[in-house]
Formats: sequence, C-alpha cells, structure tokens
Amino acid sequence: MAVTDVAKLRASNRQAGRKFGGSIGIFILLAMLGLFMVLPIYLTIVMSVKPVEELFVFPPKLYAVRPTLDNFRDMFRVLHQNRVPFSRYMFNSIFVTLAVTVLQCVFSSMAAFVLAKCKFPGSKLLNGIIVIALLYQSSVIYIMQYIVMAKLNMIDTYMALIFPAVASPMGLFLMRQSISQVPDSMIEAAKVDGAGLFRICWQIVIPNQKPALMTLIIFAFQGAWNIQAGSVVFREEYKTLPTVVSQAATSGLARAGVAMAAAVFMLVPPIVIFMLAQRQVIETMAHSGIKE
Amino acid sequence: MAVSVENIGKRTKKEKRSMLWRDIKRSKACYGMIAPFMVFFIIFTIVPVLMSLPIGFTDFDMVRPPKYVGLSNFTTLFLSDKIFIRSIRVTLVFALLTGPVSYVLCFLLAWMINEMHPKLKTLFTLIFYAPSMANVYTVWQLIFSGDMNGYMNSFLINLGIINSPVQWLTDGRYVLGVTIVVQMWISLGAGFLALRAGFQNIDRSMYEAGAIEGIRNRWQELIYIVIPSMGPQLMFAAVMQIVSSFTAGTVAQNLVGFPSTDYKAHTIMTHAFDYGWQRFEMGYASAICLILFVAMFVCNKLIGKALGKYID
Repeated sequence: MAVTDVAKLRASNRQAGRKFGGSIGIFILLAMLGLFMVLPIYLTIVMSVKPVEELFVFPPKLYAVRPTLDNFRDMFRVLHQNRVPFSRYMFNSIFVTLAVTVLQCVFSSMAAFVLAKCKFPGSKLLNGIIVIALLYQSSVIYIMQYIVMAKLNMIDTYMALIFPAVASPMGLFLMRQSISQVPDSMIEAAKVDGAGLFRICWQIVIPNQKPALMTLIIFAFQGAWNIQAGSVVFREEYKTLPTVVSQAATSGLARAGVAMAAAVFMLVPPIVIFMLAQRQVIETMAHSGIKE
Repeated sequence: MAVSVENIGKRTKKEKRSMLWRDIKRSKACYGMIAPFMVFFIIFTIVPVLMSLPIGFTDFDMVRPPKYVGLSNFTTLFLSDKIFIRSIRVTLVFALLTGPVSYVLCFLLAWMINEMHPKLKTLFTLIFYAPSMANVYTVWQLIFSGDMNGYMNSFLINLGIINSPVQWLTDGRYVLGVTIVVQMWISLGAGFLALRAGFQNIDRSMYEAGAIEGIRNRWQELIYIVIPSMGPQLMFAAVMQIVSSFTAGTVAQNLVGFPSTDYKAHTIMTHAFDYGWQRFEMGYASAICLILFVAMFVCNKLIGKALGKYID
C-alpha cells in the first residue's frame, strides 16, 4: 500500500467530533466482548494440541503444558486409511469450493443488478420470491431436491455437490440490497453513453460493490467448503473433506482432541479467505468517493 | 417505459397484452442476465419447494406414496399435540430473547468496529465473525460439562460460588439458558458481516457534508447519517435474524441432546426434526414447517413495515 493511501486511511478516521477518549472506551468494550467470543475457539485450538493425559486433569488448564501435534497426526493417519487417497478428497473439496464460489458470485451479481435496477414484467414477483425462498425452511426439501437430482441423473457426480449451491437466495439478496444504493443517475449516464446492460453491470456497478462482493465471497466460500456429500454422493471418489474429516473425528477415533484437531484443520481455509476479503473491504473506504 | 399516463386508462385488453409483450421483448437483456441464476434457482429451489408444499396435507412415511388427509395434520398439531404447543412457547422465548438482542448487537458491534483504526477493523471483524465459521459444539460441551472437569464448573468451584458440579446440559433449569448463550455466541453471522460491508460502503463525502452541517459527535453522525444510509443492509440483517432465531434447533440438538430434558429446549424446528427424521412422519413434519414459515413470513412483513421509512 502506498504512503498516500495510509495517510488517506488515517484521515478517514478523523471524522466529525471524534474524542480520543471515546475511541479508547469503544476499544476496551470491544476487547472485552471479543475475549468472550474467542475463548471457545482459543480452547479448541489449545485442546487440539493437548496430549491425551492432559485432557482430563482437574482443574482444567487454559493452556497446554506439553503441546503436541499427536492429535493432528492421528487424524491424518485415519484419513490415510481410506481406500481413496487423501489427495483426492482434498482435490474434490477445492474443486467444488472454487466452482461454487465463482459461479455463485458471477450469477448472483448479475441477477442482483437486474433485480435491483431494472423494471421489467415479472421483476416485482421475482424480488418477492427471493425473500420468501430465504424464509422457507422445510425438512422435506432435501428429499425433493434428491428426487429432482435423481431425475436429472446427477446422483454420485460433482454436479450433485455443486449445482444446488450455485443459486443462493441469500447471496442474491445481499447483492441486491447493496446495488439498490447505487444512484440511478449513474446508470442512466452510462446508458446515454451507449453502454449495454451487461457492460454497465460489470464495468460500472460491480466494481463499485467491493464490500458486498467480498462479503458474498466469504459466505460462498464458507458454505461451499462445508458442503458434505450427505445423501447425494455415495461413491468414495466424490466425497469432500468435511465428510471424511467428520467421519474420522467421530467414528475413527472418538477422542475429544482429534475432534478439536479436525475443527481447527477445517477452519484454516475459511479464515484465510476471510482475511484476504476483509482487507479488500476495509480498503474500499479510502478509495470511494466517485459515487454521485 | 414510454407510455404516456393519460392514455393508460383507455387501453383495451388486447392493447394491454400487446404492450406487455412489447415490454417483455424490450427487456430481453434483463431476462438474459438473470437466466443463469434463475435456471439453477428454479431447478434446485423453486421446484423442490413447490413439491414439498402439498406434503403437509398428506400422510407420508417416505416408503408408501403420500396419502391426502386434508387438514388433519394441522388439527392434531393444535388440538392434541401438547409437545408442539410447548415447542411454540420455547421458540417464542428463544426468538424474542435472542432475535432482537442479537440484531441490535450486530448493528452496534459493526458500528463500534467501524470507529476503530483500519488495522483493528479486520481483527475485530474476524474475532466476532469467527464463531459462525467454526464448528465447536464439542468445546462447548467440554465447557459446560457436568463433572468437575468442565471449565464452567471448575471456574465456579474455584471461586467458591458452587460446591458441587452443576449439570448444565441435563438439568432442566439450565438447559434453555445454556442453549441461548451458545446461540447468541454464534449469532453474529451473515447479518453482522453485511452490516460491516454496509458501513464501508457509505460515501466519505456524506461524513464531510455532515461535519459542515454541524454534526458534532459520533452519536449524531450515527443517527443522522449512518442509519438512514444503511436501510438495505438493515433489512438484510433483519431477514437473516428472523430465519436464524425462528429456525434455531441445531444448537440445542448438538449441545443438550435430543430430546432435551423435559423438552425445555425443544423448538418447533426440533419438533419437525423429531417427526421427520426420527419417526419418518414426513407429512406431519411438513405441516409443522408450514406453520413456522407462515410465522416467519408475518414477522418479516411486520419488520419490513417498521423499517419501511429507511427502505427506498
């Protein structure tokens, strides 16, 4: 980041009537609440590196006396016992996650732009349906999805894992809400300049939606990374990491430490994506100001 | 579209239909751009939803084909299923306690984080969102474990507040409380992150204009500038909050077992799970879900009305 950018970021914090004391107060409040929020996650990490004999001592300690990676080693050993090599599960998860994230972001952004900014026969109805779809929860919906997928011959393929996650009403709703704040005058101006809808969407509107888009990437990645094979994929070759990791943590080695190691292992990629995306969100403020 | 207002009343049906057709043709680009999303949405959401709607009026055990039984599922639910009535109460207590509190908390935390230095923003956002990413029911079980090894028990015993371990997860008096604590802990999810993004999206010139027009401190800025320009994100967070507090159930099932002691943490969703996936009475389970959907729909409309002045 260039020096000027840092200066701009600093300036952005100097807004109307900021008292230094107030900022410190807010910081302390956030830090205290934050401690409550991280404690369980901190304990998860601590327990994942605790040796077996330390797991059940009284009083339970908030740190590991002799940290060890045994739990992780045992987890990977169980994972390697499967008929299918571990790298295959890894590949499945990465492939499914990337496919879902990219498709979901591209499709939702485009649809959200149209639903937020264009009036056409049916647009009102579609906007309503999106919210209703978010609210509708049913325990039979998975059965119906299974029936649909079976009719389309998708069971036991990558499609069964990827396709149902592509059109997420939540992602669309998020983008639509954010795009609705774009001033109409900007879109009208682009139309006058002769830009088509597709170009307006991708060259003018979406580049201005960095915070919402990055948030969508976080949601999409997180959701996709946790997709379990469940009842749509039965062949070992198509199973994803969460499926086999939770199998290893519960049935392979029923030990708290290993379950913790599994949780920590699965948490790393979403956190990395989160950090990368959030940095983009934070940077937006320094660069915005070209709106109206 | 270029239809002059004064003529609109005089159109005949046929003309109207041809106008609609012209509008549709003119909107080709729009339909083309929503098509990729809609194809997947229709196949994997709309069709299964439409297929699931009638199941609530049938007797369906997943083996034999569904048999139409009219409204009998609904009359049984309200007239003779005592546990369902109890689950309504639990869900309401749950939703009314966690919903508004967590919604306000989402907003306040997102705002407070926004007041921090950019480097701290990322860190704090991660800290508050991380619980939504982690799957840590096991650690909560260890924290509230009923023996002396539980963190909670050993902490309270050391302080001398209690003498013998408390059965946090099985004692009917604590079950709902523990579930609410954990639910609150994971509730800073999608809504919180969307609000964070909304804060970043507010144009800097708005703040500058506010400063010129005499805004003196951050409270005034919050009320006169921030909240009015966050309507869409506030609505998004509200919908997500409704869904998460009304459909809560997984937390209780993972934490205090299923069924919970005396059905103390038995929500409507848990009840649907019970009938659907334990007893395979899918028709009955669907009826429960339909009632829940109607409740959420009404709640959503009410909140939409309340937030109305901030939208559009």
